[in-house]
Amino acid sequence: MKNLDRRCFLVLAGRIGIVGGVAPAVSLVLSGCTTMEKFAVKAAETSHKAGFLSEAGVAAVKRDARAVSRTFEDITPEQEYYIGRAVSANILTRFKPWNNKQATRYVNVLGQTLAQASDMPETYGGYHFLILDSETINAFAAPGGFVFVTRGMLQCCTHEDAAAAVLAHEIGHVQHKHGLQSIKKSRITSALTLVALVGASAVAGEQMGQLSSAFEGSIFDTTTALINKGYSRSFEREADQSAVTILRRVGYSTGGLMDMLAVMQERLKPGGPDFAKTHPSPASRMSDLKKSGVGAGSVQAPKKRQARFVRALGKV
Amino acid sequence: MRSMKTPFLILMLITATAATAFAVGRTLMSVQVRTGHVRSTPSFLGKVVGSLAYGDRVATYERQGPWSQVDLPGSGSKGWMHVSALTKKRIVINPDAADVERAASGSELALAGKGFNNEVEKKYRAKHTDVDYAWVDRMEKMVVSPKNIKRFVQDGGLTPQGGAQ
Repeated sequence: MKNLDRRCFLVLAGRIGIVGGVAPAVSLVLSGCTTMEKFAVKAAETSHKAGFLSEAGVAAVKRDARAVSRTFEDITPEQEYYIGRAVSANILTRFKPWNNKQATRYVNVLGQTLAQASDMPETYGGYHFLILDSETINAFAAPGGFVFVTRGMLQCCTHEDAAAAVLAHEIGHVQHKHGLQSIKKSRITSALTLVALVGASAVAGEQMGQLSSAFEGSIFDTTTALINKGYSRSFEREADQSAVTILRRVGYSTGGLMDMLAVMQERLKPGGPDFAKTHPSPASRMSDLKKSGVGAGSVQAPKKRQARFVRALGKV
Repeated sequence: MRSMKTPFLILMLITATAATAFAVGRTLMSVQVRTGHVRSTPSFLGKVVGSLAYGDRVATYERQGPWSQVDLPGSGSKGWMHVSALTKKRIVINPDAADVERAASGSELALAGKGFNNEVEKKYRAKHTDVDYAWVDRMEKMVVSPKNIKRFVQDGGLTPQGGAQ
């Protein structure tokens, strides 16, 4: 039994244990917290009918059972926003922003246009984009809609459709809450359970310490996934598919994504400290995209679109 | 006696049917983002005609794709909100102890300002003085208006897909 399962078991077995003999039965059907939640509630209700458990006891079991079955999906947009701010602050501690007003404004207008066409146009604090002053090829999406892209990454873009593809891919990570999914479940359970079970209007003292600790751990998990470990190939595939959807909705060519990946394939150094380390190879991503029917195509951007792209990012 | 009962039963049936139809057609939801945009049409291309604040309760009607038709506050008319801005839970802005207990026992409440919040961020910043939030705050001030987006799409010769997206 994993640590978390053991914890779930102990909490609920303690509640139900007073009916005697129920806890061993619980352990037989344990295959996860969701199963356990349903079983525990059912067992408590049966015990109540048999006169072994009071109504207050049933309520307590239900409350605890629900608390231990919480996942990243139970993190509210408001809480996701605070996680995103802290992860962003950590990214900006390792990377300096590229302080270029015109380019920053351009990626924000482009990015927010794309975000509006995504499956999650609304986040608690909205989407915001920033260029990082680094020649390495990289991009990060912090929870809640904070998106970072390096100068090196934008240098792989020869037109606006390609830059749009980079930002749309990162918006895809936000939309699928990939950052939140990298947080250890035990931390989420700990934080959300604490808030749910405290039963007071303010969290203070030791509980505040536990909450801060869960927050700190969540920031560590997410930042490590973003900067050091990277996401799985399936997460990258999901983000690429979302990027394709977003690009089509706004009217960009999906060839922009293929163009950008082709340039990245040429420029990435195997074993380098950037995208190559944390992402599947561009070739494998292009292969996955082709399998899903996305062709290379040629990007024929209107002159006005190309002109504004060069004006904003020509010096990147 | 039977003749008196029949109209009464019919009336009851009509009332029950109407109540069910009303309940099915109208669902109360809460705005779960700081500012939720209300658009004139169920599309990201729709003109923004209003906004709702975090925790606002709003009546929702029909769905078109990921868009819910909502009452536009203060106008008597309706608009469209993306479902990502809405939750079925009631958001309690200043929860008291009873709200916390209810939220713990059921799944119908969400507590604003609970869990990871400004207080927790303050503690984190006090402990990690090397972590710099200055640019994060600057990022949040970078706002792009719906008008800017519309102009950007037009100037770039972009032809967005229509429909409920």
